[in-house]
Amino acid sequence: MTETAAVAHEAHGNPTGWRRWLYSTNHKDIGTMYLIFAVVFGIVGGLLSVIMRMELQSPGMDVIWGEPGAQEHTFNVLVTGHGLIMVFFMIMPAFIGGFGNWMVPLMIGAPDMAFPRMNNLSFWILIPSALLLVGSTVIGEGAGTGWTVYAPLSTIGMTGPSVDMAILALHLAGASSIMAAINFITTIFNMRAPGMTLHKMPLFVWSMLVTVFLLLLSLPVLAGAITMLLTDRNFGTAFFDASQGGDPLLYQHLFWFFGHPEVYILVLPSFGVISQVVSTFAKKPIFGYLGMAYAMVAIGALGFIVWAHHMYTSGMGVDTEAYFLAATLVIAVPTGIKIFSWLATMWGGSMTFETPMLWAMGMIFLFVLGGMTGVVLANSGLTTSFHDTYYVVGHFHYVMSMGAMFGIFAGFYYWVGKMTGRQYPEKLGKWHFWITMVGVNLTFFPMHFSGLAGMPRRVADYPDAYAGWNLISSYGAYISFAAALFFLYVVYKTFKSGEKVGANYWGEGATTLEWSVPSPAPHHTHEAPPTVR
Amino acid sequence: MFGRNAGVTIVALFTALIAGAGAALAQEVGLGAPFDWQMGFQEPASPVMRDIVEFHNLMLWLVVSPVVIFVLGLMFYVVYRFNAKSNPVPSKNTHNATLEVLWTVVPIVILVAMAIPSFKLLYKGDVVPSATLVADLYGIDVAGEITLKATGLQWAWEYEYVDDGVFLFSSCLYGPDYWCFGGEAPEGAQRLLETDNPVVVPVNTLIKVQVTAGTVLHAWAVPAFGVKIDAVPGRLNETWFVAERIGTYYGQCSELCGRYHSYMPIQVNVVSQADYDAWMAGQLAAIQPDRLKAPSTQLAQQSIPTRRALANAPGIAN
Repeated sequence: MTETAAVAHEAHGNPTGWRRWLYSTNHKDIGTMYLIFAVVFGIVGGLLSVIMRMELQSPGMDVIWGEPGAQEHTFNVLVTGHGLIMVFFMIMPAFIGGFGNWMVPLMIGAPDMAFPRMNNLSFWILIPSALLLVGSTVIGEGAGTGWTVYAPLSTIGMTGPSVDMAILALHLAGASSIMAAINFITTIFNMRAPGMTLHKMPLFVWSMLVTVFLLLLSLPVLAGAITMLLTDRNFGTAFFDASQGGDPLLYQHLFWFFGHPEVYILVLPSFGVISQVVSTFAKKPIFGYLGMAYAMVAIGALGFIVWAHHMYTSGMGVDTEAYFLAATLVIAVPTGIKIFSWLATMWGGSMTFETPMLWAMGMIFLFVLGGMTGVVLANSGLTTSFHDTYYVVGHFHYVMSMGAMFGIFAGFYYWVGKMTGRQYPEKLGKWHFWITMVGVNLTFFPMHFSGLAGMPRRVADYPDAYAGWNLISSYGAYISFAAALFFLYVVYKTFKSGEKVGANYWGEGATTLEWSVPSPAPHHTHEAPPTVR
Repeated sequence: MFGRNAGVTIVALFTALIAGAGAALAQEVGLGAPFDWQMGFQEPASPVMRDIVEFHNLMLWLVVSPVVIFVLGLMFYVVYRFNAKSNPVPSKNTHNATLEVLWTVVPIVILVAMAIPSFKLLYKGDVVPSATLVADLYGIDVAGEITLKATGLQWAWEYEYVDDGVFLFSSCLYGPDYWCFGGEAPEGAQRLLETDNPVVVPVNTLIKVQVTAGTVLHAWAVPAFGVKIDAVPGRLNETWFVAERIGTYYGQCSELCGRYHSYMPIQVNVVSQADYDAWMAGQLAAIQPDRLKAPSTQLAQQSIPTRRALANAPGIAN
């Protein structure tokens, strides 16, 4: 940035102090707040899972304090809180609000998001949402419904204010995400620099574009479903009450029509980050760029027509199951294209293995593992053995806790120098990766065994035969949580003594536009649109 | 170099884990209940579960493991061959039409090949057949059929033998602290699996299970039979099994149903036809007349709220 431009911007003010953050309309500041929010709730959600794993470490109810019955209910509240927090207050804010806000305008050569004030509201509305969810655990008995909030457990099965608060929390988080979706779609379609055609956009921007379309189309359905829950609970309607002509399965269909796209909302941005990182460290442009972009579009579209594979045991009829089986298997094709294109990008490359690349390679491999157990689960003939067992818990943590979270860490280490102007300590970053790698695999791999042996999920206590693998899982969880705390130390070291870096500290492999601005990226960037060849 | 060691470590770790999983699937397993450090399915006791185990093994060894090992192998190779030291000048190659078509078509072929037995498994297991059809499909002798109705309550299972003049009994977990007071567990009872009133069914008989629920969702599951079906208020779901071996089989409620979700197990005692007849005669003789409602249509006509009230009446809890 030239000096005159900097002076010009002082003229319309860079607010300081609390005004800078509370009133912020700056995509970088808002992105930073989202990232801090995600870190805070990542620790909270992680803490909940540690308490769960402590309870499950050995048979019997011996960790969670309370009367018999209250203990088990508290466990269910922890399960619910962990799920909702990790989905709505950790992964989504980190990817969409955090990296999306920070990097999309930088990567497409836009000066900011299209609707900066709405961007501010998107973030700040998350705070009351989070307060409602956290409050629901202390006001009333707590929402012990699971993150799916299935009726009728969530209607006639659980009275009191907690479930209402959790539902309102989801409403606010949904509104926040819908606003973010509108903002990103407008920004990406209208504010690209001259020459930046859709087919030249970095894959991270493509992944965000597909993700926010999924948000825009699926969240209103969730909003409808949980509004019906609210009226069933409070105003005497009977949408999901069979005794008055409603149908509990209606809720499941509505929920999963949102819920399945939601899991792609969580993992598609990870695909985007991994593409940037792999290309950078292989020092090669991404292999099969168009295939990569449209594979994400295909995954997004398929995400809307496979929802009932979460309901194979609900008794919806064999032909319906057969359709959802077939549709679900199709997803493996575009996903395979992504995996093989990443490998082909590395093929012939001149790779170095800094921390972001380790996270990326870890993600690719573990995502393949989680994806393949997904292919197993798609077969509804097997579902009588797998549905609602720990095999499913293992599967979705491989795609979420590794597929999505490894992507977040890859993105953090990749971009932290750009965001703060200081590089993370390489050695500590690698330690963080390896501790996490050991921890998560120790936690989640044995869950496949428990699941095959028949252990149901969401149980506070289990028959003694399952004790062995649960013990291993618990140790793994402690290691993983220790790794998360270690991450905080890495962040601290980065801010305190991280090496100062220049505009493009990754060198020739980093070709996208964010590497053309200084590090840390100044408050205002791309004031004159860059020209893209 | 750190990165290169990374590949080796990952390969070693996962080869060990996958090999371990394989060894476990081959090992001798117990009947009807999980055992310590179990890594695979429970020993199948019904024809459907046999099919499930066979199909899953096929998936594991022909699809899942080869793909995972193939990708791992490729990653290991690129780390070894295309690191900055071995390959200082990166290639500029970003397209290869043949390769791209290949890695789209090959997965499609694999998926189609997999889908055919998968559909077969689904339709064979999911559609509730007649006794003669089971005999034809699976080549086993089936003595007859019995209809059993299971109702999920918070927190116990209530069973009705629909054919023999309806009678109800609830099946509760042993232990004094839980909702339905099964009482002190006898010596050697499996914790969280043993019930005070197990379901009793004859061996080699088609058991049609109708499943519904009182207030909230539950799911009726017996892993060794390959049976799991949601219990949904207001719906009557149906599943079936033919137990091929005499023994005791355990399952657990498999849909979150509130605080005592872990405490409503399913226990099915599979006995010989003679033992079953004796048990049934004893049950019919012992129950009070008001619990015996001969015409089964009457029960079907009762509305759900009445049924719920009935189910939640303290008398039923034994």
